[in-house]
Amino acid sequence: MPYYSGWRFDVAYERYQSWGRYPKVEQEARILYWGDESLPTYECEDKTILPFGNGRSYGDVCLNEGGILLDCRHMDRFIKFDTETGILRCEAGVLLSEILQVTVSRGWFLPVTPGTQFVTVGGAIANDVHGKNHHKAGTFGCYVRRFELLRSDGARIICSNDENADFFSATIGGLGLTGVITWAELQLHHINNPFIDQEIIRYRNLDEFFELARESDQTYEHTVAWVDCLATGEQLGRGLFIRGNYAERIEGKLPQPSTTRLTFPVDPPFALINGLTLKVFNSVYYHKQWSKRTKSQVYYEPFFYPLDAIRAWNKLYGSKGFFQYQCAVPTEQMKNAIGEILERIGKVGIGSFLAVLKLFGDKPSPGLLSFPMPGATLALDFPNSGAKTLHLLDQLDAVIREIGGRIYPAKDARMRPEDFQAGYQHWKTMEAYIDPHISSSLWRRVTAQP
Amino acid sequence: MIAQATARLFAEAGYSLYLVARNQSKLEAVADDLKVRGAEAVHTANLDVLDYSQHKVAINAAINTLDGLDLVLIAHGTLPEQKACEQSFDLTQKEFGINTLSTISLLTYLANYFEDKGQGTIAVISSVAGDRGRQSNYVYGSAKGTVTLYLQGLRNRLHKSNVNVITVKPGFVDTPMTSGMNKGLLWAKPEKIADTIFRAIDRRRDVVYAPWFWRYIMLIIRMIPELLFKRLNL
Repeated sequence: MPYYSGWRFDVAYERYQSWGRYPKVEQEARILYWGDESLPTYECEDKTILPFGNGRSYGDVCLNEGGILLDCRHMDRFIKFDTETGILRCEAGVLLSEILQVTVSRGWFLPVTPGTQFVTVGGAIANDVHGKNHHKAGTFGCYVRRFELLRSDGARIICSNDENADFFSATIGGLGLTGVITWAELQLHHINNPFIDQEIIRYRNLDEFFELARESDQTYEHTVAWVDCLATGEQLGRGLFIRGNYAERIEGKLPQPSTTRLTFPVDPPFALINGLTLKVFNSVYYHKQWSKRTKSQVYYEPFFYPLDAIRAWNKLYGSKGFFQYQCAVPTEQMKNAIGEILERIGKVGIGSFLAVLKLFGDKPSPGLLSFPMPGATLALDFPNSGAKTLHLLDQLDAVIREIGGRIYPAKDARMRPEDFQAGYQHWKTMEAYIDPHISSSLWRRVTAQP
Repeated sequence: MIAQATARLFAEAGYSLYLVARNQSKLEAVADDLKVRGAEAVHTANLDVLDYSQHKVAINAAINTLDGLDLVLIAHGTLPEQKACEQSFDLTQKEFGINTLSTISLLTYLANYFEDKGQGTIAVISSVAGDRGRQSNYVYGSAKGTVTLYLQGLRNRLHKSNVNVITVKPGFVDTPMTSGMNKGLLWAKPEKIADTIFRAIDRRRDVVYAPWFWRYIMLIIRMIPELLFKRLNL
C-alpha cells in the first residue's frame, strides 16, 4: 500500500543481479505471476525480454542490459505430484528447495541437483544443470519429461521427446532464449530416507584424484573433490574427495537437521576473500580431518548444499563481485589440461576459494547447448581484481581452446565469442529456435562477430 | 498473493480449504498447488465480490461443502488510483464496493454463522493505510479504515460468543496490487505477512500489524497533531 513515497529505496537493482554480482547492468523488470498471462511484448516493441528465475547463475546469462527481465519466480505453484511414480509437475518458478520440502518426506528426491537448492526449475532447465551424480545420472534435462514453452507471439508449445522435440532440445540448456517455460514435468528419484552415507578421503595429488574418481564412480552415486588450488609441484591438485550414496537405512541416532541459517549481512568495504585468507583457508581445509578417511551418515542438505548454509555468501567477495570459471575438458586430455590449469593458477597465486573437480560421465543430455561432455570439469571462483583476474582467465581459456573443451555459460561473464562458438558447435542451429523478442547480455556477447 | 501464501501454510498443516475468488483458472492453479503441498481437501468457487446477492449463497455452499467452518480469511482488495478517484465519484464508489462494502456484506453473514456456532475465527486483511487519512491515499485509506472500525465493533460483539475477530494491517507488500511501485526497505514479501496471519490465528490475537514494526510507525503517525499533519505532504 502506498504510504510514504519519500521512504522508498529502489532495490530492484539489487534484486535483479546475477550471483557473481558482475557485470552490473541497467535493465527494467516485469513480474509474471500466472502461467496463463501473455508476455509483455506489447509494451516493449523495441526492447528484448529475458526470463529470470532466482538469480543464481553467476555471470550475465540471466541479465539483459538495456532490456527487460521477466521475473518468473512468482510462478511458483505445484500442479501435480504422483507419489507412486515420482512424477512432479510444477510451474517453472518453483525453487528446487521448495520441491524438496514437499517430496523428501514422501520418499522422492531430485534426480539431479546443482550445488544450491535455491534455483528455479526454469533456471535448472535453461542451464541444463548438473550435480555430483553426473557420471551416473547425466544432467537435469535428462529427467525433464515435458514442459510448456510460452512464446512472445502467444503460442504455447508443449515440448517433450516425442512432441516438438526440436524445441525440447533447444530449450534444455537453451539459456532462456527460446521462450518462457511456464510449467515442467520432472521424474524424481526414489529415496528411503533423507540421509547420505558419506565418505571423505584426503588425497595427495592429481594422479590420486583420477584413480579415486575412476574407482568411486563405479559404486558411488555422488562424487566430487575439493581441490587446494594453492598447492604446487608434487602436491598439485591435492584435496578432499567426497563420495556418497543414498542411505539404505538410518544407522543409530542422527543429528536433527539444523534449521538455523546464517546470512552474510553487509557489503564489506573490501573483499574478505583475498590472497591471505585464501591461503589460510585452503591449507586448513585440506588438513581439516586428521585421518585419511572418514565415514559418516549426513543429512542431505550439508551433503548437497554446504554453501546454502550461509545465505548471500556471494557478498563475501565485496561489491565488485567475483568470477566463476567452470570448464569441461574431454577425457583424452583431461589429466594434462586440469594439471596445466591448476599450475597456472598456482603460479599467479590468486587461488580460488572453492575449487571443485569432478569427472563427467557419458550419458548424453537432450539439450542442444548442454555444457557437460565426457571427461572432467573444474569449477573455480576468483574475486574480481580487475585486469589481473581477467588476464588469468584468458590464459585458462587458451588451455581449454587447445584441447577442445568448453566453458559453462551459466557461470560466465567474459568468455570470447570464438571460444563459445568453438565449444558449442550447435549454436547456429540454436538461432532458429530463439524467440525474436528474447535476448540476453550473454547471448549478444558470445555471438558477436569476432 | 497474501491469501495464497497464507493458504499454503494451512495446506502444509493438512487443513481442508475452500477457496473463493473471481478468476476460475487462477483458482484452479492455486487449488492444485495447495493439494500437492498437503491440504486434506481443496474446493473452489467463483464469486465476484461486487455481486452482493451471491454472498449468502457462496457462504452457505462453503459451510455445506466443508461441513462447517472454523476459520475464514477475507483477503480480496484493489488499490485505487487516488488521483483518478478525486475526479470520479463512480470510481470511488466502486473502490468502496470492492474494499469495504463487499467485506461488510460477507461479514454480516459470517458473523451470524459464527455467533450461532459459538466458536471460530474471522481474520480480515485491512491496511495500515486505514489508520490515518492522507492526501496521497485517502480513498483506499478510508475504505480500509471503515473495515478496521467495523471489525473493532464486531470483535466487541462476538467476544462473548467465543469468536475471535482478527484485524490484519499489512504495510507495503510486494504483490501484483502494488506492481509498478518502487520497492524499498519497508517492503515485505507476502510470505512474511502470511506467517504473521498464521501465528495471529493460532494465538487468537485481535489486531496485528504485518510486519510488526508498522505498529510503531503507525503509532507515531497517529500521534502527529492534526494541526501539523494537515500541513505535511504525505
